[in-house]
Amino acid sequence: MRIANVRVVCQAAFLVLFFAALYLAAAPRIAGYPVSVFLEADPLTAVTTALSTGHLYHEGPSGLWIAVGVLILTILLGRAFCGFVCPFGTLHHLTHRLGFSRKAKARRDGNAYRPLWRLKYWILAVFLAGAALGLLQIGLLDPIAFLTRAVTDAVFPAVDSGLRALGLPGIHPSATPWFPGAWFIGLLLVLFLGLNLWKPRFFCRALCPLGALLGLFSRFALFRIHRDEATCNGCDLCATGCEGAAEPEKRVRLSECMVCMNCYEDCPEGAIRFRFLPPQAGEIAGPEVGARRAVLTAAGGFALMAFLDRSGGSLAASGGPGVIRPPGSLPEEEFLARCLKCDACLNVCPTNVLKPATLAGGFEGLWTPVLDFRSAYCEVTCTLCGQVCPTGAIERLTPAERQGLAPRRDGRTEVTRVGTASYDRGRCLPWAMDTPCVVCEEVCPVSPKAIFTREEQVAARDGTVRRLGRPYVDPARCVGCGICEKECPIRGPAAIRVGSLITAI
Amino acid sequence: MSDHPTRREFLLRIGAASAAAAGVAGVAAWLAGRPGSGAAGPGTRLPDFATAGAGPPLVIARGEDPARLVSAGLEEMGGIGRFVSKGDVVLVKPNAAFDRPPWQGATTHPGVLAAVVAACVRAGAAEVLVTDNPIHAPESAFRKSGLAKAAEDAGGKVLLPAENLFAPIAAPGSLLDGWPALAIPLRRATKLIGIAPVKDHNLARASLGMKNLYGLLGGPRNRLHQRLDEAIAALGAVFRPTLSILDGVRILTRNGPTGGSPEDVVPGNVLAFGTDPVAADAFGATLLRLDPAALPWLELAEARGLGTADFRSLSPKEIDA
Repeated sequence: MRIANVRVVCQAAFLVLFFAALYLAAAPRIAGYPVSVFLEADPLTAVTTALSTGHLYHEGPSGLWIAVGVLILTILLGRAFCGFVCPFGTLHHLTHRLGFSRKAKARRDGNAYRPLWRLKYWILAVFLAGAALGLLQIGLLDPIAFLTRAVTDAVFPAVDSGLRALGLPGIHPSATPWFPGAWFIGLLLVLFLGLNLWKPRFFCRALCPLGALLGLFSRFALFRIHRDEATCNGCDLCATGCEGAAEPEKRVRLSECMVCMNCYEDCPEGAIRFRFLPPQAGEIAGPEVGARRAVLTAAGGFALMAFLDRSGGSLAASGGPGVIRPPGSLPEEEFLARCLKCDACLNVCPTNVLKPATLAGGFEGLWTPVLDFRSAYCEVTCTLCGQVCPTGAIERLTPAERQGLAPRRDGRTEVTRVGTASYDRGRCLPWAMDTPCVVCEEVCPVSPKAIFTREEQVAARDGTVRRLGRPYVDPARCVGCGICEKECPIRGPAAIRVGSLITAI
Repeated sequence: MSDHPTRREFLLRIGAASAAAAGVAGVAAWLAGRPGSGAAGPGTRLPDFATAGAGPPLVIARGEDPARLVSAGLEEMGGIGRFVSKGDVVLVKPNAAFDRPPWQGATTHPGVLAAVVAACVRAGAAEVLVTDNPIHAPESAFRKSGLAKAAEDAGGKVLLPAENLFAPIAAPGSLLDGWPALAIPLRRATKLIGIAPVKDHNLARASLGMKNLYGLLGGPRNRLHQRLDEAIAALGAVFRPTLSILDGVRILTRNGPTGGSPEDVVPGNVLAFGTDPVAADAFGATLLRLDPAALPWLELAEARGLGTADFRSLSPKEIDA
């Protein structure tokens, strides 16, 4: 069997697995499947979160240990992850195979090395600098996080509503979820895929920070592509199918080689081989990036990230009502040091209360998960978001731990509070308009209810005396699930809203 | 082509342009003739499912096994054949409002639903549809309450409240006139059976059979709480069930209608079957130790002629199963 066919089978299998995992994660099909395995296998996730937190996050033997395995695989075989596994890479591969010219010359030109392909190393340097500062922005361009987010926020909702319009069951169980700003997230996906029509694998070659990281490690590869000068007749056919623009017809650029094996298949003379410890004379081992420039870029990255950090980072300090994090989230600073903004938690959320943050909270928090209680509520027995978080930004609680019925790992036994509700008495019907209501009390899920009423007699404007239940919040009981805010019948901002935690004494 | 069109070319081009122009004008005229926004027209008229004719109006069955309670109670009411005939499409409305396990008593007991669905299937129903528009996420609510599995195992079909099942209903003079409801399955159905758990309610004091019909509504229904007593009576007038079943297997005595704690629930071991929804709810109020006369919505429902609040005057049959 041709090795390139083996690669195609691998690519197809991993692509299907990737979408299957996201499909299964759309509740309630999750049922114990390791749905975040691609995010956990991403070495960039491991390296950057280790930089930002000083810790390799894992639950038992899996978790980010898988990413370490991928890194070791890269040291043995080069960037085989890019050629064989990466689902985003496969989508790019597929797009340029369908849309790019099939003429040999056009393909050879399209696969030429360009200085622009060094851009990904600058991008990586900036992100690594940020991570070292505790500012994790890698998810903006990391291919696994990017694709997880694009599928969750844009692709699945679009497919879901299409299926429903045709009268078929959707991807999500109850209704099509919606996410603010999904149009932009989807547009980026279309743009990146569309760039394949200009240059094959443009994203992988020019932008992908994971490819850059693996490129740095591939210099140690024990098995490498090697062109035997003696057998080669210089036909350049090997360059027509080179996914990585690694120029196998010249000195092979090892850091760019995605081990797609096309050159090996395309060589009519058998001059190209995938060899154990080939001579290093015929190759360029590292990326063509000067040490001085690399240092400068990293320094620039520090400056840029420090600037971004100041541009809106102090969400934790301001405690604005727009920033309510998922149940079990770490304190804001630590949360931001771990959150990849992959939006895997949004995909699994059964009520669609989790939404990607927009720029309102500053650039730092873009696309991180926040709760939107006007459109949905957080189910108090649900802990799915924490189950799928690949980096532990959201703690992996059991439902009993979340409800304060069982001790957590740190020994505390207390209910997890997302926030605390409070009344806007100027908008509340019983408070401001002498009208009975208290839907908020009806739907309050805790027992005894955190919302209670005091029966009051009020003299209405027309002189009649009415008896009304006027609602109050008991902050010691409120867990911040937000169903009161969702169900409040007032249009516009609800008359009861959940804000950041008030610590009840 | 020459500079001057031939006669044939001239006629063809004039003809094509005229046809296109006429087509545009025609489509525009057709669109202009259709009702614009805000003119949705009269709502859907719902069938009156109420059971007329002879037979006991209220039966109370006591015992611990839900399946036996259902079969004995139905038998006493005159048999399931009194309500469901061969070929009927039965819409069953349990309370699946909350994403909660059955022991919390916030939702209908799955054993009761299963037994009712099975009885309908045995009576020859062509289809038994089970639906509700929960307050919590519908899929989760039907699953965790055990109602989805109960319905499907017994041969019923769960209809989650998809958008295309709702339409405004016609109820002239009612608070609910024009309100969106699950009109599409209601129009398809020939029989309607409500199965309401007996629950404390923060505003109405009791959530029973007529309040359970709130789950057939869509739209911004939480506004109805501003006139809740009137709304409950209106629900009873608009949706007229063939049979109202009160599920008091477990009784949520406080912190309703959500509950949440084992202390909120007491075993009731009782079911009530009524063709008189007002009488059934009046009996249900006593299970919550409430005086039916103290419930304004019950009084309003009786005043509308929906039934008899003094359920004892109907001399309900009490049986042990």
